[in-house]
Amino acid sequence: MIMLEKRPQPSRAWTFATPIVAVLLTMVFGGLLFAALGQDPLVTIRTIFFDPLFSEFAWFYRPQLLIKGAPLVLIAIGLSFGFRAGIWNIGAEGQYIVGAICGAAVGLAFYPMESFIILPLMVVAGALGGLLWAMIPGLLRVKFGTNEILVSLMLVYVAEQLLASMALGALRNPEGMGFPGSRNLAQYPSASSWITQSAGMHWGVVTALIAVIFAYIALSRHIFGFNVRLSGQSPRAARFAGVNPGKLILICMGISGTLAGLAGLFEVAGPAGQVSIDFNVGYGFTAIIVAFLGRLHPVGILLAGGLMALTYIGGEIAQSNLGLPIAAIQILQGMLLFFLLAVDVLTNYRITSARKAH
Amino acid sequence: MDLSSINPILLLASLMVAATPIMLAAIGELVVERAGVLNLGVEGMMITGAVCGFVVAVGTNSPWLGFAGAAIGGALISMIFGFLTQFLLSNQVATGLALTLFGLGLSALMGQGYIGIKAPAFPDWHIPILGDIPVIGPIVFQHDPMVYVGIALVAAVWAFLRYSRAGLILRAVGENHEAAHALGYHVVRVRMLAIMFGGACAGLGGAYLSLVRVPQWTEGMTAGAGWIALAIVVFASWRPGRLLLGAYLFGGVTVLQLNLQAAGAAIAVEYLSMAPYLATIAVLVIMRAGRAPGSLGQSFHASR
Repeated sequence: MIMLEKRPQPSRAWTFATPIVAVLLTMVFGGLLFAALGQDPLVTIRTIFFDPLFSEFAWFYRPQLLIKGAPLVLIAIGLSFGFRAGIWNIGAEGQYIVGAICGAAVGLAFYPMESFIILPLMVVAGALGGLLWAMIPGLLRVKFGTNEILVSLMLVYVAEQLLASMALGALRNPEGMGFPGSRNLAQYPSASSWITQSAGMHWGVVTALIAVIFAYIALSRHIFGFNVRLSGQSPRAARFAGVNPGKLILICMGISGTLAGLAGLFEVAGPAGQVSIDFNVGYGFTAIIVAFLGRLHPVGILLAGGLMALTYIGGEIAQSNLGLPIAAIQILQGMLLFFLLAVDVLTNYRITSARKAH
Repeated sequence: MDLSSINPILLLASLMVAATPIMLAAIGELVVERAGVLNLGVEGMMITGAVCGFVVAVGTNSPWLGFAGAAIGGALISMIFGFLTQFLLSNQVATGLALTLFGLGLSALMGQGYIGIKAPAFPDWHIPILGDIPVIGPIVFQHDPMVYVGIALVAAVWAFLRYSRAGLILRAVGENHEAAHALGYHVVRVRMLAIMFGGACAGLGGAYLSLVRVPQWTEGMTAGAGWIALAIVVFASWRPGRLLLGAYLFGGVTVLQLNLQAAGAAIAVEYLSMAPYLATIAVLVIMRAGRAPGSLGQSFHASR
């Protein structure tokens, strides 16, 4: 009989090994899934995980890695603070949408004026939009004890409706022949978030990297990071240490909302270009996987974001070249999180046989 | 806007239909949470049930077999959650989210060849005598059988938790798993059974959407219904009676906004569509939830 025995300290080796083991397991079981769908598993796995980086067309796909990775990393960094403290903001998708709407609205208000100040103003508006949207569940939690998981998630659906209303109404392109969707911000020089479009560089990529550095410093070198970790591991000890739980909730929700709003703004002003009904593609939810895969650690999140971006790009290649349904990639991403959570047991527990224990 | 085009009898009748999927999913989750497990994967189990039910019903041309398939599908996928949280002691919040993400992908894949097909008809019951009562008859007694299955399930869960020994054990496990374990009850076994029941109920709720309410398969068709079911469990303070009330309240908001859309209200469709979600938030804020089960969301590991 196999038994689990609690380790006195979480294993450091397994902390690093679990994401790698989970990725390998996902490749194996993903391969089985692809085989069941009538694909050659090895070719499919290679197409998804290696072709975007090393095939002869990799020059075309590598910039995509930055474009897809930046919002994932930016949102996941924000979420990691709350997740560490046991504050579950799972409505990042909604904050991402509202950030994009607010930022785009500011940009569109200035059209067609050209000025260096427009993009910075949009950035502020996007950040504020995400922040305010995240403050709703945050304040309700602090004032009324309302469950932040449910409220933040409900607000995703509200934000989606708001997005539809904006794309069809207030922000619709007046010269768009009645088609839904706003003017293209990427083609409006003062509002575009692109730095070098051919290289996939936009201000969101820069912001994501800055966020990684700041998060690293805050978590490992600053009292705030200590308080966050303490609250997650022992809320009682944190209260004795003088941590104000309400304030911590608001700060964590605020950080994640702001970063998600920024991610939305940079996306709408660059890669997506316009406010449209199908603007959001689920980055806010995939970022949850990224945050866990990166072990809620900034550097880990950076790597995990890259990997998850890879599966998006590889999935698109596999869809066009092999006819693999895009839903299979969604399953693959869900599977990855399952395996990660499953293997994680080895970080905190040791496997022993019952006979030996007696 | 033409308010007179809204027929109050039809409105109340469709309220009962609109409340059913949420009620089914919520009563399952209520049992799971009373056993001390927080399964946030209701949305994923619901959509899996929706697609399983639809595939089976179209394949066999029998809605009843479809519902059976949905219950089995929901229970099977909930077992992934059960295995991870109960045996591998993973974080319940994260695992529930993973279940939702996985379920959305799985259902999209399974439902690929089924978009645009109509589900086999699931005729309404016209209950003799009772169905002929004016006003009340059309509102309460002329629905499809699943509406009554939902209500019966809520009543059964209420009686099970209140009067049966097994229900007492389940509540003990949820209130204090250490004590229940010390008394010799199998915490993990009870919880696995509860999780399976929750999965089956969520599956039924999903299938009700794809087989009766819509009745078609579209990707992501649950559109947050699973999350609303979770909210209703909190609203109900983990009590079946109040759950019934919560489901009807929610059904009422949904039906009312649909009727207002149809009547051509001056408010844009998008803002009316927000109503169910905003109402859920409002209810969560206004209604002070009662005390949650003591061990809710905590992993249990029998140390020795």
